[in-house]
Amino acid sequence: MPEELHEVRLVVNGDAYDVRLPARRLLSDALRHDLGLTGTHVGCEHGVCGACTVLVDGRPTRSCLMFAVSAVDCQITTVEGLTRPDGSLGPVQQAFLECHGLQCGFCTPGFLTTVTAGLREQPAPTEDGAREMVAGNLCRCTGYTNIVRSVLRAAELAGLDSARPPEAGG
Amino acid sequence: MTTKLFGQKIQRVEDQRFLRGDGRYVDDIGVGQDVLHAAVLRSPHAHARIVDIDVSGVLDLEGVHLVWTHDDLTGPMADPLPLLIPHPALTHGRTQFALARDEVNHVGEAIAFVVADDRYVAEDAVASIRVEYDLLPPVVGIDAAREASRLVHDDVPGNLAARLEQENGDARAAIAASPHTLSLDLTVERSASMPLEGRGTVARWDPDVGRMTVWTSTQTSTGVRAAVAAKLGLDLGQVDVVTPDVGGGFGVKINHPWPEELLVPLAARTVGRIVKFTEDRREHFISSAHERGQVHHVEVGYDDDGRVLGLDVTFWHDNGAYIPYGLIVPIITSTQLLGPYKPGAYRVVFESLYTNTVMVTPYRGAGRPQGCYVMERTLDAIADALGQDRTDVRAANFIQPDEFPFDQGLIFQDGRELEYDSGDYPASLAKLKDLIGWDEFPRFREEMAAEGRRVGIGLACYVEGTGVGPYEGAHVHVETSGKVKVATGLTTQGQGHATVFAQIAADVLGCRFEDVEVVTGDTRRMPYAVGTFASRAAVMSGSAVHLAATRAREKALRIAADALEASPDDLEIVEGVVSVRGTDTSIDLGTVAVLSNPLRYAFDEASKAATQFSVGDPGKPPVAEDDEPGLEGRDFYSPERSTFASGMHAVIVETDPDTAEITILKYAVVHDCGPLINPMIVEGQIQGGVAQGVAGALLERMAYDESGQLLNASFMDFLMPYVTEVPARIDIDHLETPSPLNPLGIKGAGEAGVIPSAAVFASAISDAEGFPITAMPISPSDLFDLRERRKETR
Repeated sequence: MPEELHEVRLVVNGDAYDVRLPARRLLSDALRHDLGLTGTHVGCEHGVCGACTVLVDGRPTRSCLMFAVSAVDCQITTVEGLTRPDGSLGPVQQAFLECHGLQCGFCTPGFLTTVTAGLREQPAPTEDGAREMVAGNLCRCTGYTNIVRSVLRAAELAGLDSARPPEAGG
Repeated sequence: MTTKLFGQKIQRVEDQRFLRGDGRYVDDIGVGQDVLHAAVLRSPHAHARIVDIDVSGVLDLEGVHLVWTHDDLTGPMADPLPLLIPHPALTHGRTQFALARDEVNHVGEAIAFVVADDRYVAEDAVASIRVEYDLLPPVVGIDAAREASRLVHDDVPGNLAARLEQENGDARAAIAASPHTLSLDLTVERSASMPLEGRGTVARWDPDVGRMTVWTSTQTSTGVRAAVAAKLGLDLGQVDVVTPDVGGGFGVKINHPWPEELLVPLAARTVGRIVKFTEDRREHFISSAHERGQVHHVEVGYDDDGRVLGLDVTFWHDNGAYIPYGLIVPIITSTQLLGPYKPGAYRVVFESLYTNTVMVTPYRGAGRPQGCYVMERTLDAIADALGQDRTDVRAANFIQPDEFPFDQGLIFQDGRELEYDSGDYPASLAKLKDLIGWDEFPRFREEMAAEGRRVGIGLACYVEGTGVGPYEGAHVHVETSGKVKVATGLTTQGQGHATVFAQIAADVLGCRFEDVEVVTGDTRRMPYAVGTFASRAAVMSGSAVHLAATRAREKALRIAADALEASPDDLEIVEGVVSVRGTDTSIDLGTVAVLSNPLRYAFDEASKAATQFSVGDPGKPPVAEDDEPGLEGRDFYSPERSTFASGMHAVIVETDPDTAEITILKYAVVHDCGPLINPMIVEGQIQGGVAQGVAGALLERMAYDESGQLLNASFMDFLMPYVTEVPARIDIDHLETPSPLNPLGIKGAGEAGVIPSAAVFASAISDAEGFPITAMPISPSDLFDLRERRKETR
């Protein structure tokens, strides 16, 4: 029996995508395979590693634990949506570059989205606060030292951004 | 003069795509195209005969295109997978079939292969296959394997794949003649590489040109290419293997071909569509490889200063159900166990044993963590018995700086002599003691004790043979635009090769770093290569890039000298421009590239300069007899033997007197991998290695039950560390003792961080607790139990 498909509109990084999906399609799979946004990675498919973290209405969410059909009417942000409008790296991305906060890059999108949301809540974290911010994401390469440094640096860069007059901003 | 890039903390070029979500990992290949997805039926039993497999009805499911069992495989595909590294001692090597034939030997072994419209449907189809098993008693763990009352393979007596003995001197006589002796039993449990990206393979067969393209998440593109060609009956020239971005390897992806690396290309050719297999996490736990599980027995004789006069080590290596990667891991343990020390005599014997568990192939460190742990536990035991400082016992056994090259009198994993090229172990120890505060520790311990807190300090030293052969190559091509394309066949899994190889190439060529683009692991660009393992990429491919770029530079200078009517000796290349030193006369590398290729046909303004009426001496052939067109350089680096990096770690831990929780208070690393190409990347490697080492020492183990079920096959239950479990800070100091074996003097760094971890934590926890730790990893509950047992026996 063919699977029933549902008409779904997903809004990702401000763009609307109309797709037909089975109810069981995970948001992570829909983003990657149906929308072609392969920046979101799948590391465990049981919500533990955090590689697939996207922002759903601004909140960090494991896209492997959510059905795509339940993300209708949500604003979704993926790693592809973190660059500035002019194409340059956003503050969190720039910080990870400067601090060597990534090696193989597979877990990185989940860290970038998580930190983006974390800094909105806590714009100037202490080192302990920075550690806590990323304490739900697994990385097998870096040993986390440089990720924590990246969070602190991202807070600095984001602070500079918000201190800048709007017309000078990207 | 251009600033030298070698040695600088250059930001990584590959990060731009990773940070934007533009990385291209294997599961990203083919997205948006017409791709079919594969899923695999895996054995739920550790040991069983397959009575019947019923696939009837599977193809009737909508969206299912193909279902295969072993019966459907023919020719070489129906044979066992290759035994990659044969060894004379491996008398009973057994490998699995691409799909199980008649018998399964571990939970997770591949039995049937399905291709469907998407992964969901493929998994539905897998679930509809019915298999009838005749259960056999499983062999789980080293004790059961040694006892051999049950056999994994009927035709392998004693479950014994191999027995290997090496001896330098007469160790047993030396021990018998020693004033002091000790015996130790030391165990290490299983763990695994566990990259965040599992295995995956995509293949496309192009019938129009008769060509197979395979994208696979591997540490060896050339190895997979050879295997695919052999198994599918294709010429090597018909198979291209492209390694896309790889989400971590740590050893597990050096093994090949995995069943899916053959089944996916075969399916792509059969159905005429792109086929993709992406392993899920549970599959990774039960069908990819593990490592580390070994049991060791040590006999040692020593003098009053703690000098080891004779060392006799016997150990048992659990190689799992199959042994495609041969004896590499136990050979490395048996040789690298010696570390920076020179025992009077050494004998080592190991037995490699089959069990009904996932097979074993190298995991970062590859047998070295076990060897280091055995040697360092032994030296700690000697220090304890003599009442001496542990660092003094190390110092008494060190190879001295004036003794290099130092021949350990054994044969290493590459079949070459275990001969250390360079190092300075006393200097490393002095640095480590300063960094951790070794001499100040007794006072700190007293202060802590006054607060009712229990602390301990430990250290561990290692030597790591890096940059093993046989060879690596590089191709450097200066394009007419002045852009420089560098290719190595060796693959990348996050080490930053695109950055460090560009640093090396730009230094040699005198071009701008930004103009260099590096491609790794693509057999179309460099078909001759070995792979990324054993901390060999920087040494092997780094040296090859240096040599290939040197050839390109020599050619550029020769052509430029002709064009500028100058002597090559008077030329310099800066920022991509060749000029006569001290003058304005110059030509850029792009134009030199144009001139390097005599043309009949111009295709743009620049190329007009290279056409037959513009260049060349009419009295000579346009391309000289010993030359070839194009501004390219290709060369290979093939060393006589490995180069030996070294290092030492120290840690201060606190153990909770009530709960036995183990807390890291300070972690220090002294590391010597010769000159650093990019210190930022080397430190990143060390930090990552230490975290993996902490995990292996305190958290991670493979929990098999007696029936061979892996009980913790998920990230919920296998305790991979988050940021909260690793040291907040690692103090790192470097020594830079160059290697005499390669043009850059470099040594490998990739595995170093993980090697001494089990040893250093066992040392520190023993020091805190006042009794020896002889089994690793150790969890708080393990430590709690040890304390309780000691209370009972007292």
